[in-house]
Amino acid sequence: MSLDRATVIRIANLAKIHIDDSEIDIFTRELSQILNWVEQLNEVDVKNVKPMTGVSGMSLREREDEVLDGGYADKIVKNSKEKKKNSFSVPKVIE
Amino acid sequence: MSNPIKLKGEKFLWEMVIGLEVHAQIKCKSKLFSGAACDFGAEPNSLVSFVDAAMPGMLPVINKEAVNQAIKTGHALNAKINEISVFDRKNYFYPDLPQGYQISQFKSPIVGEGWIDISLEDGSSKRVEIERLHLEQDAGKSTHDQDPNLSFIDLNRSGIPLMEIVSKPDMRDWKEAGAYLRKLRSIVRYIDTCDGNMDEGSLRCDANVSVRTEGDVLGTRCELKNLNSVKFMMKAIEFEANRQIEVLEGGEKVEQETRLYDPNKNETRSMRSKEDAHDYRYFPDPDLLPLHVDLQRINRLKKELPELPDKKKARFEKEYNLSSYDAGVLTADIQHANFFEKVVVGRNVKFTANWIITNFFGMLNDLGKSIDESPVDSEQLGELLDLIQDGIISGRTAKDVFEEMFTKGGNARQIVESKGLKQISNTDELEKMVKDVIDENNKQVEQYRSGNEKLLGWFVGQVMKKTGGTANPKIVNEVILRLLKN
Amino acid sequence: MGKLSDLGVEEVINGLSNKSFSAKELVQAYIDKILEDKILNAFVRVNPEKSLKNAELSDDRRKRNKVLPLDGVPIAVKDIFCTKNEETNASSKILENFVPQYESTVTRKLLESGGIIIGKTSMDEFAMGSSNETSNNGVVLNPWSKGEKKLVPGGSSGGSAAAVSARLCSAALGTDTGGSIRQPASFCGVVGLKPTYGRCSRWGIIAFASSLDQAGPIARSVRDAAIILEQISGFDTMDSTSVDKKVPNLLTACSQSIKEKTIGIPGEYQISGLSDDVRNIWKQGIEWLKSAGANIIDISLPHTPYALPAYYIVAPAEASANLARYDGIKYGFRANNITSLDDLYSKTRSEGFGAEVKRRILIGTYVLSAGYYDAYYLKAQKVRTKIVQDFNIAFEKCDAILTPTTPAGAFEIGEKSHNPVEMYLNDIFTVPASLAGLPAISLPSGLDNNKRPLGLQLIGRPFDEESILSVASVLEDSANFRSMEIEQGIVS
Repeated sequence: MSLDRATVIRIANLAKIHIDDSEIDIFTRELSQILNWVEQLNEVDVKNVKPMTGVSGMSLREREDEVLDGGYADKIVKNSKEKKKNSFSVPKVIE
Repeated sequence: MSNPIKLKGEKFLWEMVIGLEVHAQIKCKSKLFSGAACDFGAEPNSLVSFVDAAMPGMLPVINKEAVNQAIKTGHALNAKINEISVFDRKNYFYPDLPQGYQISQFKSPIVGEGWIDISLEDGSSKRVEIERLHLEQDAGKSTHDQDPNLSFIDLNRSGIPLMEIVSKPDMRDWKEAGAYLRKLRSIVRYIDTCDGNMDEGSLRCDANVSVRTEGDVLGTRCELKNLNSVKFMMKAIEFEANRQIEVLEGGEKVEQETRLYDPNKNETRSMRSKEDAHDYRYFPDPDLLPLHVDLQRINRLKKELPELPDKKKARFEKEYNLSSYDAGVLTADIQHANFFEKVVVGRNVKFTANWIITNFFGMLNDLGKSIDESPVDSEQLGELLDLIQDGIISGRTAKDVFEEMFTKGGNARQIVESKGLKQISNTDELEKMVKDVIDENNKQVEQYRSGNEKLLGWFVGQVMKKTGGTANPKIVNEVILRLLKN
Repeated sequence: MGKLSDLGVEEVINGLSNKSFSAKELVQAYIDKILEDKILNAFVRVNPEKSLKNAELSDDRRKRNKVLPLDGVPIAVKDIFCTKNEETNASSKILENFVPQYESTVTRKLLESGGIIIGKTSMDEFAMGSSNETSNNGVVLNPWSKGEKKLVPGGSSGGSAAAVSARLCSAALGTDTGGSIRQPASFCGVVGLKPTYGRCSRWGIIAFASSLDQAGPIARSVRDAAIILEQISGFDTMDSTSVDKKVPNLLTACSQSIKEKTIGIPGEYQISGLSDDVRNIWKQGIEWLKSAGANIIDISLPHTPYALPAYYIVAPAEASANLARYDGIKYGFRANNITSLDDLYSKTRSEGFGAEVKRRILIGTYVLSAGYYDAYYLKAQKVRTKIVQDFNIAFEKCDAILTPTTPAGAFEIGEKSHNPVEMYLNDIFTVPASLAGLPAISLPSGLDNNKRPLGLQLIGRPFDEESILSVASVLEDSANFRSMEIEQGIVS
């Protein structure tokens, strides 16, 4: 499946990655190459086959409802470049 | 039979089609996938684990109790519990979503189809079907009003377990929507899986609204957000329906979009710019395996359910011989029902029910208090009711005493004693009072004796005034009648 | 005994026990060597002070007779494991200055067994790559490089493999998603072991593809790898995909006889264009196993050709979601000159991620997007099921499967970095075991026509690391790879 520029731009937008105009064509070409290559999966007959839902085949383990974590706001924000009094900050969002 | 509101446009008569998506925060100690505490109003980021903050390498582990609460709620909604359900990632970017995806359930929710019955204004009942209930993480909170250029993010709420309850688009006007939301709220409070507090955001509601002319196909719907109370939700739906009608009758199309309700202006507004109709790219979360709940567990949880609203209402009608209306009012909220059942023990049912509905609930309403904030508890109210029933105080005095109990505190007996509010029922004493009033008011006596029977009330009033309202009005009445005859 | 730095894990344990040297001396020897090296660039971060301090504590425990299983053993750790209070970057700019406030379960187990972390090693950015060329810390040189020819160490655990081969540590930790432990181990002439999915906890490992990532050891002998794996594996309640299965005694497994064991040789791995040197090593491996009394049978794994394309749909898809958290808000790199929230996201991620990571995120986003999910992601997950079924059928007839680890020896830096698909083809033999979650080990078995290491791979049943360790030990003995290392001057 070859991608066109518009699709690459749309995907980049969904993934929130800015691609310079000069790079769009390169990405379009490379991504098309990869997608063309994976097309060969179409040859496989997967009728009545269930998709893999977890290699180990077990079911989800549940934990007891206990408060065993949290309570260290300083550690939570320690690595953030922009913060104020233990809150993260971002450019203002207008809703 | 339900008779929903139809809206008259310039050209046509329109009906509304409404579906509600309710997010209910689950009552439990820790979060859905992390061991941090679920709480409201704490210092920013103090109830946040590294998992909630989406630090590199962090992984989710599911909370058993949250799963149980969801199953119980499913039972209370008469719904199918799915033995196998899957968690999916819902991918989008927003600062209050630290992972860049929300762990939710898409194709295989834990609870399937169900229904609840709602009571309409005319007393009839309508069944609203429920599409599904699934588990998902709540997001954090952003505040936008603390700085001109910045928004601040607090992740305390991030990861709190939510039940998303999706109704089918069965409601046909805002009143039905209101009744549905109230009923749903009542149910989750009954089974204690959510505290249903819309002010604090533990119960939130979005409404999907569309309009159509009779017999026509479904119209394009808009999703309404920021509906912070039942009242506002109803108003928002009303506004939106009318807005859509105006659009359609003007020859335009209704755009499928999300709209924010503004309670100050009572209008809905289109939200943000056209963020392409979100492509959430759902896929099963590879950090989590499918959730298996066995029949044993499902059945055990069903048995643990308390008596639900509809059943309780039916029992109240039968056991206490209450009218459907009274039973409905008393059982609308579990705490109200429990309160009534405590007070009514050994007391006159009709009297107790009336007093609670009219005066007690009335007072709570006036003061904007919920029942668990009531300064008067069931024992105290019971004591007051006994004083009335025993004739120790008059109904009128009781109302004053009750108000004092509520606003200043204290027990009924105490207040009556200290203020000398005991009803005077002693005939001799009352005769004396009446004689005094008669002696002091010859003109009125003449008027009464010459035929103005209405003045009886006036005389009673005078005696009441003289006794500071504590005279037993019935006896006063008798005495005056007797003495004035002569 | 030779130099201290030549010692493997078992030799260190014995040497320390015999008081032939102290942990402090050993660690100092490695630190000196690491700091001296100016060409390999295998390490991104060392903390000599801390390592020496821990060595002293180890020696102290020994004095008090409180020796732990890995006490005093210096181990290099791939910079994908979050180490508490030590910067961890996953060799990406977007995690610059990120200092985890928590320790990954695997490194915690390492520390609790007395292991000494000698430094963090370079890797392909976010574990995406097969040559270590996408690292934000620069390329890593394969110690087998000679003269002008600068060889890649393989990836994504290139730094760890190079460090083990160059004797800059006794052993190392890596992670394997599509071959990232086995392939660089093969390229660098060392042993790489990927356990069954779920054996080792993923908690605290910077995630690439959640259903595939696994931690594992890279070492200079099969026994060393077994010793390390035994200490770092085990059930973890903090990882929902962690399996509650007892960890067997893996070291004893190494010396188990393989008489009567059946080894399967999959026809589908005999791809056209497989060079003769690889073919020969494979044949040689078969002979060695026959001599040791094993039965050899031909098996079929029909969906093998589809494993790579399936992998390059599933892994990027999971990665696209796992890497969505890198937004500059909570940690790491944050772009300057941003005027809106959208800017913050787009510029931070554009400047913070390298090209290969971006490619994979975009592929992943695409294959999950509306209209394409069924055709790509769902399809790939179904093909994955078929691959698992292939293995299940094969394992009814054999106990382990023998294949080459890579289709060729190490290539030169820059040789394949311009063609993504060509780079992906490096993983052709390693990816199937990853998709099926099976344990697999690569051990150096010979040299290719250019005198570069070639590895043989053994794939086992789920949770049967024991079988592949026992078979690998036999191959290792027969191969006598050390003689080739001496011959080529890797070791004196």
